[in-house]
Amino acid sequence: MLTSAHSPTARPLSRAQLRDLCSAIEEFNADYADTLDRGDIEQWPSYFTEDGVYRLIARDNADANLPLSLMSCEGMGMLKDRAYAIAHTEMFAPRYTLHQITQVRVTGFDEGIITARANYVIYETLIDEPTRLLQCGKYRDTFLMGGEKLLLKERNCIYDTVLVPTCIVYPP
Amino acid sequence: MTNTSRFASSPAVNRAEEVSDLHWPDDPAAIPDWIYTDPRIYELEQRRIFQGRTWNYVALEAELPKPGDYIRSYIGATPIIVARDEHGKIHAFENRCAHRGAEFCKTYRGNTKLFICPYHQWTYDLSGALASVPFRRGVKGVGGMPADFKLEEHNLRGLNVTCRHGVVFASFRDDIESFEDYLGPDMLDQFDTVFDGRPLKLLGVHRNTMPGNWKLYQENLKDPYHATLLHTYLTTFGLFVAGNKTMILTDSKGRHSTLCNARPQGRPENDQSKKEIRSFHAAMKLADPRVLQLIPEKDSPWTSNAITIWPNLILLRQTNILGARQIVPMGANQFMLIWTTFGYADDDAAMEQHRLRQNNIFGPGGFIGIDDNEAIKFVQDGVTHSIPRHGVAPLGQDVEGPEVVITDRAIRSLYRHYREEMGL
Repeated sequence: MLTSAHSPTARPLSRAQLRDLCSAIEEFNADYADTLDRGDIEQWPSYFTEDGVYRLIARDNADANLPLSLMSCEGMGMLKDRAYAIAHTEMFAPRYTLHQITQVRVTGFDEGIITARANYVIYETLIDEPTRLLQCGKYRDTFLMGGEKLLLKERNCIYDTVLVPTCIVYPP
Repeated sequence: MTNTSRFASSPAVNRAEEVSDLHWPDDPAAIPDWIYTDPRIYELEQRRIFQGRTWNYVALEAELPKPGDYIRSYIGATPIIVARDEHGKIHAFENRCAHRGAEFCKTYRGNTKLFICPYHQWTYDLSGALASVPFRRGVKGVGGMPADFKLEEHNLRGLNVTCRHGVVFASFRDDIESFEDYLGPDMLDQFDTVFDGRPLKLLGVHRNTMPGNWKLYQENLKDPYHATLLHTYLTTFGLFVAGNKTMILTDSKGRHSTLCNARPQGRPENDQSKKEIRSFHAAMKLADPRVLQLIPEKDSPWTSNAITIWPNLILLRQTNILGARQIVPMGANQFMLIWTTFGYADDDAAMEQHRLRQNNIFGPGGFIGIDDNEAIKFVQDGVTHSIPRHGVAPLGQDVEGPEVVITDRAIRSLYRHYREEMGL
């Protein structure tokens, strides 16, 4: 069971509380990955708060403090516009993607706001081509906890695979 | 023997022997598949075009603002370094140690006083000149370099460098016209629309590989036909629509081009050309229209300029996006695209954020960028795997008004120039 959103902890979290939070985030990430991997892109914005921020950032830009993102959404409107464009207007060959999200760690908890990290790997499969690595990187997340439900206030995906193979269609 | 002279030792190319089995079709609209697939053509392009009398985009000065700043870059497939020396002068030289050939610089960007090849510590200064070598006199009086070894005969292979309005171009050749003459007056005017002399601010760089021949990317930006059909974002929101005011110009040699478009206010719902465009989505509305907002900032009749500068640069000014795309060939069937995105140094925070937001349109994850990258892969898949035949670029006429938009004129003019440069 999650720590209540309405009981701010000034004290460091106990190991049991950390385990609870990690386990909740792992479950969240599994649902997030499943939604994207079955191609249900128009459900993707539902993982974010109304003011949720999403950024996909090349690691070399992050290292050099350059602000450009490969994808960026500020708020639900832009998240939905991105999802709609992928679902209905962009031209791309059909593809399977498969996420693996590992090493979830909670790095902070305050007033119902959780900061966390994870690693991600995404494989991509196109017709008549062998499966390839599309991206590997790290999530830098901020979650809002509302009762039992987590939502992303911010997800920054910082990818090592800076030489993108052709293009990234679905957001990591 | 010196390796500072640029291509004095390059072997003479007997073109007739190398590709004598390849015949360009007689039809002036036809483009043969083999220019996209034949490795001999690719090798010939490296020598004739990228190592020939061309100015190649290699960097923005904003990427190396301080003495000692450097970036990795390319001319054609050749890895180079662009560096600013202690006096502020920009140099470009091969990223290949003069000793054993190591590609020694393995970081995208940085700041240094010296480049040291890690293999045997040959050390070069910021101009690419060899500054020192270890054990020059050997150990205990034996071994080491020959007595007549001269450092200055083993510099990194240097390039001819020119800068205009903060943009750095380089050439392997010294016997080349000025950059201004290379562009000609019309293209120079277009270039100056993007680079008006104001200092630039680098916003970031994206890179992607493309499973396609590099020339397909030049073609893509000389092809207004696809722009009005493939890209829903352009058509639906009126950024580039067949009914818009348009201008297509090429330089006198046909190698550079520009596609200019003036975006009307509002959505072009009543445009008669809409019924021809399957990608037009009448129901599509943005939940957050800021991504397409036009903030007037230029004294230009155009809201977009797509400029191709032969052989390796695409400049794109679209609404408030400013970007340079560098084409790096990686074999007949593959190239790398380096997207360098920038604003002006005097942008306020809101303008910078606006440009960053608008950049959702371009790049290898962009609303439009994805369409193009996929389409180019489709073409390469087709020409690589099918029985060879000639593609065609038949639309429009070679002599027509600059306002004609449904035309392949700029593609045909490029290939007339290409055949001349390649001797095909």
